[in-house]
Amino acid sequence: MTGWANYLVFIVATGGFYALLALSLNLIWGGAGMVNLGLAGFFALGAYASALLTVNAGAPILAGIAGALVVGAIGGYVVTMSTTRLRGDYLAIVTLGFAETIRLVANNEIWLTRGSDGISGIPGPLKAELGGWFNAAYALGTLAIVALVWFALRRIDLSPYGRALRAVREDEQVAQVAGKRILRFKIEAFAISAAIAALAGALYGHFNSYVAPDIFQPLITIYIFLAVAAGGVGRVSGAVAGAYLVIFFLESTRFAAAAIPGLAPVQHAAIREMLIGLALIVVLRWRPQGILPERIPPAPRPQSQEAT
Amino acid sequence: MKAISDTVPRPHVPQRSEPDALLAIRDVRRAFYGLDVLRGVDLDVRAGSITGLIGPNGAGKTTLFNVVSGLVPPDAGSIRFAGRELAGASPEAISNAGLVRTFQVARGFPRLSVFQHLMLYGREQPGESLAAALFGSAESRRREAELAERAWQIARLLNLERVIDHPAQALSGGQKKLLEIGRALMAEPQLVLLDEPTAGVNPTLKAEIAHHLRALPARGITVLLIEHDMKFIGALCDPVIVMAEGRVLAQGGFEAVRADARVREAYMGVRA
Repeated sequence: MTGWANYLVFIVATGGFYALLALSLNLIWGGAGMVNLGLAGFFALGAYASALLTVNAGAPILAGIAGALVVGAIGGYVVTMSTTRLRGDYLAIVTLGFAETIRLVANNEIWLTRGSDGISGIPGPLKAELGGWFNAAYALGTLAIVALVWFALRRIDLSPYGRALRAVREDEQVAQVAGKRILRFKIEAFAISAAIAALAGALYGHFNSYVAPDIFQPLITIYIFLAVAAGGVGRVSGAVAGAYLVIFFLESTRFAAAAIPGLAPVQHAAIREMLIGLALIVVLRWRPQGILPERIPPAPRPQSQEAT
Repeated sequence: MKAISDTVPRPHVPQRSEPDALLAIRDVRRAFYGLDVLRGVDLDVRAGSITGLIGPNGAGKTTLFNVVSGLVPPDAGSIRFAGRELAGASPEAISNAGLVRTFQVARGFPRLSVFQHLMLYGREQPGESLAAALFGSAESRRREAELAERAWQIARLLNLERVIDHPAQALSGGQKKLLEIGRALMAEPQLVLLDEPTAGVNPTLKAEIAHHLRALPARGITVLLIEHDMKFIGALCDPVIVMAEGRVLAQGGFEAVRADARVREAYMGVRA
């Protein structure tokens, strides 16, 4: 494959990881109204779980990915159970702390994670068989997984379960008065959301064959919040669209900044960050509720037209 | 999470409840930061009645609603509903037992539609489980269709059909009040607690709300409502319970209560 084709494949695959993270955030933030600033932590948890299982324990890749899903879900469960009385800013602070804790553990528990050196040699599925086509095949596989997760989350979104979840998002007390067991909804939503973020991490690790603590900086979480906000909070398709929009801005500004003559490389980097911010401001000025705003599904028309 | 239980001790029972009392409250107490807001409330709500709860601001009426509906646990006392002890139970357990409330300032889910609001108050929807959401279930679809039919009927009854797909935040104040009543109807409760159902609505809509409320006992729904409009109370409620300073001051028929010197002094500012 040519350099440009490889670059495109890289963008598609990275967009897929971002899309999974955005779907994860959209479920918990757009669906249940819980602000999770610890997304990068769950991303790291999945990446390390799968890497350790496949590299250290010699488990098959599918077992590594399954392990990442389980570890992510358990992490989500633990965070929800330890923050049952927190909402809004307070929950956000605790989840941010969780992500930093995961990163610091990965950096310092060298016996397990090899510290800042990271874990290399993470196997990729059918890598030897596919040879030069591995990246393209992996990118397509990632897209298929994004589609599968999108489909499952859309089913949840349109179901009575999704409706109850939105009620929890809007007003927990009124949802309780309506008879909803809000803790159950919050735990389940957080666990699924964390498992999806962990899945993104596992897929990332098997694609790049390397994970290290520095990859999981809080900036990733910020990018994903921007993706969901630009795509449309509360809309499953919006999360995927927003993720690819952010990837487009991240990559296109790389060339736009470099095209400005007379600047040092460090200035190019700064200009690039400014252009990304500016582009997202323009998107949100143009579409304050995102490219694909949340929709209210129309009430199904009744078969009987008789009033009580 | 606490479930409704018969094991909660009843520390003090000063009087016998009426034999047909759906709700029997005995010596309910609640303090906030050392301030006694409920100082031993005793009252009964007869099944099939529309009972009015009146009293000056700060009497503890809304706090009593918060305690009965489980949003605020009582410090002491007994709340028996349909023969079961509710004191300390969770709001969702109380709601699922058939006791539903509304709020003084219409509260709900601003970005959800009128239809979604009504559907959320439908009972026994197996589709609210994760497995049913992911894999679908015939039982969930059947129940959803039943509830949708009922939601449409209630929307028609309350003249909310035209705005059924509108988000609650786009409704007028009066429509929000009607939606609160609609949600209560949708839940098919045994008892509904209405906190100022006509606050801030025009006289025409007030009459319409009174009309809807009057029809509730015939549907098997008992009503306990807080209201400040004496004309509304007089036309709708029997009996009327007066609260002042965290206790029940008087109860009985509207005229008898209105003539009570203690009520006139505490609530209407008229010295005997």
